[in-house]
Amino acid sequence: MLKTRRKWTPARLGIYAFLLTAAAFFLLPLYIMLVTSFKSMDEIRLGNIFALPMHITMEPWRQAWSTACTGVACEGISGGFWNSVAITLPSTVLAIFLGALNGYALTFWRPRGAQILLGILLAGAFIPVQVMMFPLVRVLATLNIFSTLPGIVVVHVIFGMPIMTLLFRNYYLGIPQELFHAARIDGGGFFRIFVQLMLPMSLPMIVVAAIMQVTGVWNDYILGLVFAGREHLPMTAQLNNVINTTTGTRMYNVNMAATILTALLPLAIYFISGRWFVRGIAAGAVKG
Amino acid sequence: MKSKGECLAYVSLKNLGIELGGQKIIDQLDLDVEEGEFLVLLGPSGCGKSTLLHSIAGLIDIAAGSIEIAGTDVSHAEPSDRQIGMVFQSYALYPTMTVEKNMSFGLRINGVPKAEIQKRIARVAEMLQLQNLLQRKPAQLSGGQRQRVAIGRALVREARVFLFDEPLSNLDAKLRTELRRELKLLHQNLGSTMLYVTHDQVEAMTLASRIVVMRAGKIQQLGTPTEVYERPANLFVAGFLGAPAMNFIPGKLDTVQNFSSEYLKLALPAYVCATESAHADDVVLGIRPEHLQIQEHGTYSGQLALVEPMGNHQLLWLNMGKQQLCLLDHDNRNFVLGDAVHFDIDTARASLFDAVSGLRL
Repeated sequence: MLKTRRKWTPARLGIYAFLLTAAAFFLLPLYIMLVTSFKSMDEIRLGNIFALPMHITMEPWRQAWSTACTGVACEGISGGFWNSVAITLPSTVLAIFLGALNGYALTFWRPRGAQILLGILLAGAFIPVQVMMFPLVRVLATLNIFSTLPGIVVVHVIFGMPIMTLLFRNYYLGIPQELFHAARIDGGGFFRIFVQLMLPMSLPMIVVAAIMQVTGVWNDYILGLVFAGREHLPMTAQLNNVINTTTGTRMYNVNMAATILTALLPLAIYFISGRWFVRGIAAGAVKG
Repeated sequence: MKSKGECLAYVSLKNLGIELGGQKIIDQLDLDVEEGEFLVLLGPSGCGKSTLLHSIAGLIDIAAGSIEIAGTDVSHAEPSDRQIGMVFQSYALYPTMTVEKNMSFGLRINGVPKAEIQKRIARVAEMLQLQNLLQRKPAQLSGGQRQRVAIGRALVREARVFLFDEPLSNLDAKLRTELRRELKLLHQNLGSTMLYVTHDQVEAMTLASRIVVMRAGKIQQLGTPTEVYERPANLFVAGFLGAPAMNFIPGKLDTVQNFSSEYLKLALPAYVCATESAHADDVVLGIRPEHLQIQEHGTYSGQLALVEPMGNHQLLWLNMGKQQLCLLDHDNRNFVLGDAVHFDIDTARASLFDAVSGLRL
């Protein structure tokens, strides 16, 4: 094979110029947030928002984490962080397990009406959350889990189900039917084949699904606000309270620090698992 | 041991019907497999042979009829309850498990004691030379090794019937020949009942104790490899088996068994008809390429159109007017294209078919 040498044609220069501009456009806000969060309020008032901090201070970060006021209480957003962890963890594990189970059943056992079921699930992925909000509130209230941790987890699992199911179904379609047949002849039942054979094989898809579900649940605001109740408000809702609670001066540096703290987990996931995430988007192409 | 006369049907299909997506794939099929037999289902792709095997395994529901294995009706039993072991074309090994775990999966599910599992795996591993591969994952194995593991996984089940669904089709030519030999040896040593699906006639001829030739969901002929090859029941079987294919010459047959076509006349006094009353005016004469012998002063002659050297023999394609004939030359003589090649016909091994129905006379 001949190695083709890339030449610096005008078209190529144009592409790079565009890409660099786009990158700067998206990175600039993050840059401003980062530098501002390390400045003192006096320095911020100077108005040089692009300037690097003259004296780096960690105080805004400390305040954001543990003393900023979220409404009446002034305990920072650390409580919200742990709330979000408590919501995200079970929501992710349950949604993945059930989504994989659904995908497995639809692909290999092909129950009567599987196609219709799949169609309904697909439709479910396109219905806006707001439409189902009120009925869901009523349902959860009837079940006595409205405004509780299990309540918000159930809601997240429900809303994650269509995309999780489709994700795993598409993955399982790529597994030869013969493998399933072999396990059936070996005497494997519904759950044994799923747990001992299909789940271990699904590891790549589980990673992808976990990334999607974790970022989705973590970034959610409206569902947490409505269903979680005061005790379990997720970090995003707490962040909103921090920023909207104004007593005296607006603490820009604290707000910036709190925002970065909230975005830290999804950000870390994107950076660490970029490759997997892109694959997940491709696999979940149905959702678009 | 049973004497040969009272061999009971070990696998028995009666009046079997299979539908897939509302379409009848197999209709009113009867088939008896004897104990210890190596039965090969042979046919072109889409003839329903794999479907038939999968229905015996219980992986496809049957629409009508019954399936019996070792005297038990298993028509609607779960695949795992049918006492079968199966080997698939794509190997279908469990990718996350080691070779050992692959083989023991079914036994562990069925609660076979650990010591017994160990014993069976050791025995099968020795038989298939898998001892050094037991701790490997399928991804670390070559194609031939994978298929040996798949065969091993079926064998440890010590099933009553072993089903093979084109097990060698994914292997390259050399490995296929090797594994084919191993399979034959395995059957000789174990003497278990085996059902084997293939579209490869060489596999069918070499492995089978009996061949079932299928086409469009119907059994065309059931017989030993020699029977099926020497006395094909109809034009389809005659054309499907044998490479190069049998020569077909359309012509007329008179009442005293003289065959005549535009280019060739032939007396077939010794021809034994399949049924006594069989006769037709319009017939097709079938002669295998190896039954045309090159003779310097042979009765017939054709013009050489093409030579295909095969190493240990060569194929000669002759034209007799518009009639094309293929014949086998084991002596690798030197011929010049366009030469007249003289030959004789071994009339005792010719076949005659009704030109209309295609059935053997």
